[in-house]
Amino acid sequence: MGGGLYSTDKKEFDKNLDLTKIKPYGDTMNDGKIQVSFTLPVEDGEKATFAALELGKKMGIEEPSVAYHVSLDQGYTYFVLYGSLKHSIDYTKIKVESVEIEAMTMEEINNFIKTNITRKLVVIGATTGTDAHTVGIDAIMNRKGFAGHYGLERYEMIDAYNLGSQVSNETFVKKAIDLNADVLLVSQTVTQKDIHVSNLTNLVELLEAEEIRDNIVLICGGPRISNELAKELGYDAGFGPNTFSENVATYFVKEIHNRKSK
Amino acid sequence: MERAREIAKSIALDTQKFIEKHSTISIERTICRLLGIDGVDEFDVPLPNIVVDHVKESGLLSNGVALYLGNAILHTNKSPQNIAEKISQEQLNITKFPLKDKRETREALFSITEKNLDIIKRNRQRREELIAKFGEKKEPLIYLIVATGNIFEDIVQAQAAARQGADVIAVIRSTGQSLLDYVPYGATKEGFGGTYATQENFRLMRAALDKVSEEEGRYIRLTNYCSGLCMPEIAAMGAFERVDMMLNDALYGILFRDINMKRTMVDQYFSRMINAYAGVIINTGEDNYLTTDDAYEAAHTVLASQFINEQFAKLAGLNEEQIGLGHAFEMNPELENGFVYELAQAQMAREIFPDVPLKYMPPTKYMTGNIFKGHVQDTLFNMITILTNQRIHLLGMLTEGIHTPFMSDRALSIENARYIFKSMKDLGKEIIFKEGGIIQRRASEVLSKAYNLLTKIEKEGLFKTIEKGIFARIKRPIDGGKGLDGVISKSKDYFNPILDVISSELKLGGES
Repeated sequence: MGGGLYSTDKKEFDKNLDLTKIKPYGDTMNDGKIQVSFTLPVEDGEKATFAALELGKKMGIEEPSVAYHVSLDQGYTYFVLYGSLKHSIDYTKIKVESVEIEAMTMEEINNFIKTNITRKLVVIGATTGTDAHTVGIDAIMNRKGFAGHYGLERYEMIDAYNLGSQVSNETFVKKAIDLNADVLLVSQTVTQKDIHVSNLTNLVELLEAEEIRDNIVLICGGPRISNELAKELGYDAGFGPNTFSENVATYFVKEIHNRKSK
Repeated sequence: MERAREIAKSIALDTQKFIEKHSTISIERTICRLLGIDGVDEFDVPLPNIVVDHVKESGLLSNGVALYLGNAILHTNKSPQNIAEKISQEQLNITKFPLKDKRETREALFSITEKNLDIIKRNRQRREELIAKFGEKKEPLIYLIVATGNIFEDIVQAQAAARQGADVIAVIRSTGQSLLDYVPYGATKEGFGGTYATQENFRLMRAALDKVSEEEGRYIRLTNYCSGLCMPEIAAMGAFERVDMMLNDALYGILFRDINMKRTMVDQYFSRMINAYAGVIINTGEDNYLTTDDAYEAAHTVLASQFINEQFAKLAGLNEEQIGLGHAFEMNPELENGFVYELAQAQMAREIFPDVPLKYMPPTKYMTGNIFKGHVQDTLFNMITILTNQRIHLLGMLTEGIHTPFMSDRALSIENARYIFKSMKDLGKEIIFKEGGIIQRRASEVLSKAYNLLTKIEKEGLFKTIEKGIFARIKRPIDGGKGLDGVISKSKDYFNPILDVISSELKLGGES
């Protein structure tokens, strides 16, 4: 019989689940079956198919079989490939650091505020200093949000104010006082020579001078921001890339609630 | 339906009164561009910005930049480009020359204006010739997006997509370009989630698509974004480079990009005039309401907005065939009879706006990362398009929400759409909807809610309505948002001969 998908002369393998050697599952324990699809930048033809099979083997796929291939454009071919993965993983050895806080959904956050804080929260966001990038703050604040995660403007229990970019720390603090803010979000996207560090520290100093630092949950975010750095600079928390409004909001509603109940 | 249209017209006319009293810095920069000013200074600041800021600093922009440029031509006998360069080198102050007779100034600008508007007219003609030569497609136009950030990579993707069957290629803009109060210059290789709209990028992509059009014997249309703070400038740049479609909707900018409403309504008017003049099809952004609001509950806000957008478009001189009203397939897949309601909505839009090319957007909100289900959702969406004859069909991607499309994602999606369009080609003509059935009842419910909403908007005015958060449940204050400081009250001496020429060629009333 031929190889690949419909082969009946399979090598014998242990069909019992062994957590020290787990493999993908098709329809028989430890069969290792997987599907992969990809495009190669070459003309469709026998040579291309051969290349796809060889690549499959390099991925650790035994008896790879090209179920489908088609030319996408001059010099590009698409493949759907099946086979059995030879690799396995020792599942018993895997340790995952538990995520600090599980993000709530928008609805859960609204309900949390209604039940535990019982009033709308005022959140002000801005890109401060010379940074002109609003990508980060917009992703968190703007109603449309980012990658299907709505921004804080859409939250029923949050009054969100996005001040945009190049906001001076002084303006930002003034606005925080005027609006009686609960949360301040500072975004720093592009910075040179670590200017973001002095800019971020300067904001903390201003808030302390106005004696409102303790009334506010102060958060910064951006591609070069980590939670450690944020705390070092006197912020309550810092968020790096791949953060959505839910992550930030979950953090600050819980923080406000904790402070209240202390 | 007719009454709804009348009310929408009165809403648009009411707002138009405000629009006609104002100009903006982006409109004035557009005038510079239409007079042939282009390029940047050593700090990459575009010369149109330099010229307009220069006049603004003298506090004279309410008279229109054309007045000072025209006057400077009379005094110096130099070209607008030359004058702009001198201003950027701080060798010239064009607001200091004594003003000559306005008729003379107008004449000084006339031949330059005519030459540049001729480029736009020739582009329009060229498009019409190419479409006539290849024949216009009767079926829905398959619209695909490229978004690599690098125009040269975009070209590879766009050409592949066109060869696979795309009829329209849209180059997504870099995140945040809508908030820049200038248009970047030259070919660009870096962007965030998209590629900067620049005139050079337009030119490169148009040439690449012209090449594929010849090979395939189909005219491949190019789309970009006339939205944000530089609406009219991008319209002019697109007109110079034969861009065929433009996303062009002030409401989108107000609601989703927090652009000041006064600014963008005024910008929209001039940008739509240029699009009208260039033979460009505009696309409106009602589909976006449904990504933040519920598609079932908010269906009437889409329809009301379409009525209003249609009237604004007509006021700016666009023909029905140029008004691509937007809507979307965004109902929750868990909703019982969701497909039936989507069908009702699409059929209703088709019947209410029989002659406009409807722009239909695919599911995005409920795409989960389960690519296999996503492919089915896109299939249902494709079915509605062919059943109800939507014209501009933005193809859904099975990998929506995971990454910007791979070449193979596009190929699979095109294959899906072509299969459905072919297999169900005439099904729509075979269907008569049951008298008093779900579809008819749903359509009349949505229409009557839209009518009530329009009546409310007419009473309050459009600006007030937006302040109250009727659309997409987003509230925007009239003096909030970005770009308000770029709005200019026209003085009684406001001078804009280009606007006058375009107005009169489009046979618009009302402009001085």
